[in-house]
Amino acid sequence: MSDRILVSTRKGLFVVARGDNEWSIESTSFLGDNVSLSMHDPRDGALYAALDHGHFGVKMHRSDDGGATWSEIGTPAFPEKPDDDESDKNPWKMMSVWALEPGGPGQPGQIWMGTIPGGLFVTHDRGDSWELVRSLWDRDERKTWFGGGSDEPGIHSIAVDRRNEQRVVLGISCGGVWVTEDGGETWACRADGMRAEYLPPDMQGEPNLQDPHCIVQCRDQPERWWCQHHNGIFVSNDDCASWQEIEEANPSVFGFAVSVHPENADTAWFVPAIKDERRIPVDGKVVVGRTRDGGKTFDVLRSGLPQEHAYDITFRHALDVDAAGTRLAFGSTTGSLWVTEDQGDSWQTVSEHLPPVYAVRFVG
Amino acid sequence: MAHVAFTANLQRHVACPPMEAAGSTLRKVLDAVFAANPRVRGYVLDDQGELRKHMVIFIDGRQVADRRGLSDVVEPDADVYVMQALSGG
Repeated sequence: MSDRILVSTRKGLFVVARGDNEWSIESTSFLGDNVSLSMHDPRDGALYAALDHGHFGVKMHRSDDGGATWSEIGTPAFPEKPDDDESDKNPWKMMSVWALEPGGPGQPGQIWMGTIPGGLFVTHDRGDSWELVRSLWDRDERKTWFGGGSDEPGIHSIAVDRRNEQRVVLGISCGGVWVTEDGGETWACRADGMRAEYLPPDMQGEPNLQDPHCIVQCRDQPERWWCQHHNGIFVSNDDCASWQEIEEANPSVFGFAVSVHPENADTAWFVPAIKDERRIPVDGKVVVGRTRDGGKTFDVLRSGLPQEHAYDITFRHALDVDAAGTRLAFGSTTGSLWVTEDQGDSWQTVSEHLPPVYAVRFVG
Repeated sequence: MAHVAFTANLQRHVACPPMEAAGSTLRKVLDAVFAANPRVRGYVLDDQGELRKHMVIFIDGRQVADRRGLSDVVEPDADVYVMQALSGG
């Protein structure tokens, strides 16, 4: 079980740790600065933080002492945009880091990064230098991706397959699900079965235009995947070859985040909301949805969570489950952070006064 | 030589004391600044070498006109201020 959580917020990075009985903030870094995402690398223990300074752009930092000190490392940059390509309306400018994922155990120093406006970057030297993965960026389909949750398209989910570290799965808003089997040399779109109500009727099944909000793989049943999509919840039991829609979930099928139990793919958690036009919790009550039967039924978990005039929304990176599948944590746009130690049956409030929470990740 | 100064808010992230830099255009002046202090470049210019969206530069009291090409003329002895734009919040 993990005793430590990285919480990335609009105004700094917080390390939350478990004491004898309860969880509390152990340390802070970058107070006042916008930390869009952070990552712990289990291979060497390093921490990474993506800062978005607004005026001054995106900058990456690394810590080799658990967050006590940080150093600025390389910043990924897009190459010069060709003047003669009228078909590409998307900017070739780093706008935000939206995914960070270590490579496999056999790839020391390798880290994948997803960005807005949709560029995938990779480093082989712990972030000192980054390169744009041109095999994906140069595909014609990429030019048709469009913004979902942001003005420009973005790669928000990266899963490195534990069976084969050359296999990497990406979730893209709005660009569907893309898979490489050869470490990024070639790519294929794998979103068959997803559905996009926001498109004209004859385009709703188009794989490359889907808006998966978050995609996760079950660690011990790696052929099984969950997706919280703009249109609802989808599962794949055949390694992303096809996706099936879960049409009903209490209290709503809309949301941004999903976590799956590392051992049992039938168990997954969601933080539901009223979809699209309103984006507030149903009836102003913060709840977590949990299925233990692969999506046939959902428990609505509310013990310890606010049930009156609560308008917390949880974004796609702000829910996580620990490696044991027992503890979960989630944070909200209004600065709340909750932890459970019993798979969601009861929740402890860590804080109601943090800055807007972007990402929550267990360490170890 | 132009006299180049930076907003204090930028100095919180990267050291950039005032300096003298030669060049007849803003691009040339900034190239001289970045040659001496390479880390500053990414804080002022974006991936395409354009002035960042929410940055602004004043040359002898005039706001930069060519934010993409940075071709604005810089007179010898000019004062160049690299600032945040209020548009960035």
